[in-house]
Amino acid sequence: MNVLVLLQMAAEAMPARVAVKCGNEQLTYGELYQLSLAAAGVFQASGCDYVALRDTSSLATPVALFGAAAAGKPYVPINYRLPQQEAAALLARVEPAFFIAGDGYAEGINLEGTVRVESSESFIAACRNADVTDIDPWLIDSDTVSVQLFTSGTTGIPKAAVLRHRNLTAYILGSVEFASADESSAVLVSVPPYHIAGISALLSSIYAGRRIVLLPNFDPQQWLDLCEAESVTNAFVVPTMLSRIVEKLDDHNLEHAPTPALRAVAYGGGKMPRPVIESALQRFPNVDFTNAYGLTETSSTITLLTPEDHREALASDDESVRCRMASVGRPLPGVEIEVRDGDGMNVGVGIAGEIYVRGEQVSGEYVEKGSLLDNDGWFPTRDAGYFDDGGYLFLDGRADDVIVRGGENISPGEIEDLLLTHPAVKDSAVVGIPSTEWGEAVAAAVVLEPGHTIDDTELRELVVSELRSSRAPERFLFLDELPYNEMGKLLRRSIKPLFE
Amino acid sequence: MACATEVMVVKAPADAVSLQCGGHPMASDAEPNSAEIAADFSAGTLMGKRYVNADGSLELLCIKPGEGSLALDSEALTTKQAQALPSSD
Repeated sequence: MNVLVLLQMAAEAMPARVAVKCGNEQLTYGELYQLSLAAAGVFQASGCDYVALRDTSSLATPVALFGAAAAGKPYVPINYRLPQQEAAALLARVEPAFFIAGDGYAEGINLEGTVRVESSESFIAACRNADVTDIDPWLIDSDTVSVQLFTSGTTGIPKAAVLRHRNLTAYILGSVEFASADESSAVLVSVPPYHIAGISALLSSIYAGRRIVLLPNFDPQQWLDLCEAESVTNAFVVPTMLSRIVEKLDDHNLEHAPTPALRAVAYGGGKMPRPVIESALQRFPNVDFTNAYGLTETSSTITLLTPEDHREALASDDESVRCRMASVGRPLPGVEIEVRDGDGMNVGVGIAGEIYVRGEQVSGEYVEKGSLLDNDGWFPTRDAGYFDDGGYLFLDGRADDVIVRGGENISPGEIEDLLLTHPAVKDSAVVGIPSTEWGEAVAAAVVLEPGHTIDDTELRELVVSELRSSRAPERFLFLDELPYNEMGKLLRRSIKPLFE
Repeated sequence: MACATEVMVVKAPADAVSLQCGGHPMASDAEPNSAEIAADFSAGTLMGKRYVNADGSLELLCIKPGEGSLALDSEALTTKQAQALPSSD
């Protein structure tokens, strides 16, 4: 099985249905399939080993993804927000490449390792002019690399994660029913092409037969406008996007969002602040919200907090059920999850440890290091978390973020959540800093709400009274804002040096 | 009339089995079997549907629909009711 077959099935069953729309341009399922086969011929003729793309979403995104699959070559979307030098370093790791670059994204970059450079528009034009190659989708080996993604690198040099056709198709076949979307169904995709959620959005929607509406550069007003204009029924957002959409509704003094067709919103990609999701539930009263947790290395989603889970949590009087609003839910049917301690032993309910995952969709493989799966197929996510007694998974930061103070393991998340309960605190990040006495000491970077002042002592006392004295930050730093990457992930490695 | 059904094996039992469609053995290559569809196995297959046997040891995905219906060792296969999952992307 491979991703091209997913598209072939959709093209055969629903050839005239619109597959993807961007601005005023669109492709039906039949056209997308034919154009992808033509793209394969263009790639093969170029002599490339990789198809690299550095641009915002456009019709070229799905054509490059499926065209690369048809040509049997890895598709490598590169972050267009990176500085030229960093993007060039990534491009140099995928030679020889057919490079599809948006306006300005190839400028000043060493193109010696590329065999052909096209813009998204000229690439599509070249495919339209090319003959459709005669390719039998079934002959593409499921073990071939479909997508290579550079992971966001919040902790160092980006790693090249490898997703094979068998990983991606296992995820799709395990989570999406073929042609299950009705003809009026439309999904708004605003995540960038280089993010795993951008890849999985295309694959899931195509297998479901849903019309994909692309929003190349996320903007909350455009997101709301497109929802209305395109009668969007489904969407995926990262927490910062949802937060900005809610703020935009506030700006317009709108109690309810003007998105009558919207039925379902999935969110993931980072920690969702509870006030944001609670506010969103009020603004979108008729929308089903789903929380999805997944990693690049797991072909996207591995756990889901369903709309029903959200409603139960909101309505419950039981705090253990209410707090599930902050959970990432339960594993998908084809996925197994274990939480293990430092010795690799499975820990019990309610005890935090490192999250391990197993399943056909889990690749756990990098170009540099090879497969990180153990002999039994388990992948260490480096995410920390725990299960509650109902089998709901809660995330508790990155395993690498745990602060070890005098032999005691301290999780930053617990302290951050507590600091956020103080009315003067808008945002906070807790990190470990070197300490001669303890090995590591707890330090907190705090952003205050406008117009508020507070001193260290009051915040320290809050932690001492609610947690314990060992968790009270030794040092506080007040900042105007915390550093996040464009997907809303906190960049902890850039906070630590601020305390030096 | 011959049957156009093509399936992909998602899960198979360890032992050798005989897979049939329209009452006749299925071919393992792209060459279609031109036999007439048997009346008992003429309900047809649907694109994208999963077909399973009684104990769930066999699972097929229909990738091309046809007039015949699927069977394992002459036992008719049934469509699998997939667990309805909310869209997560």
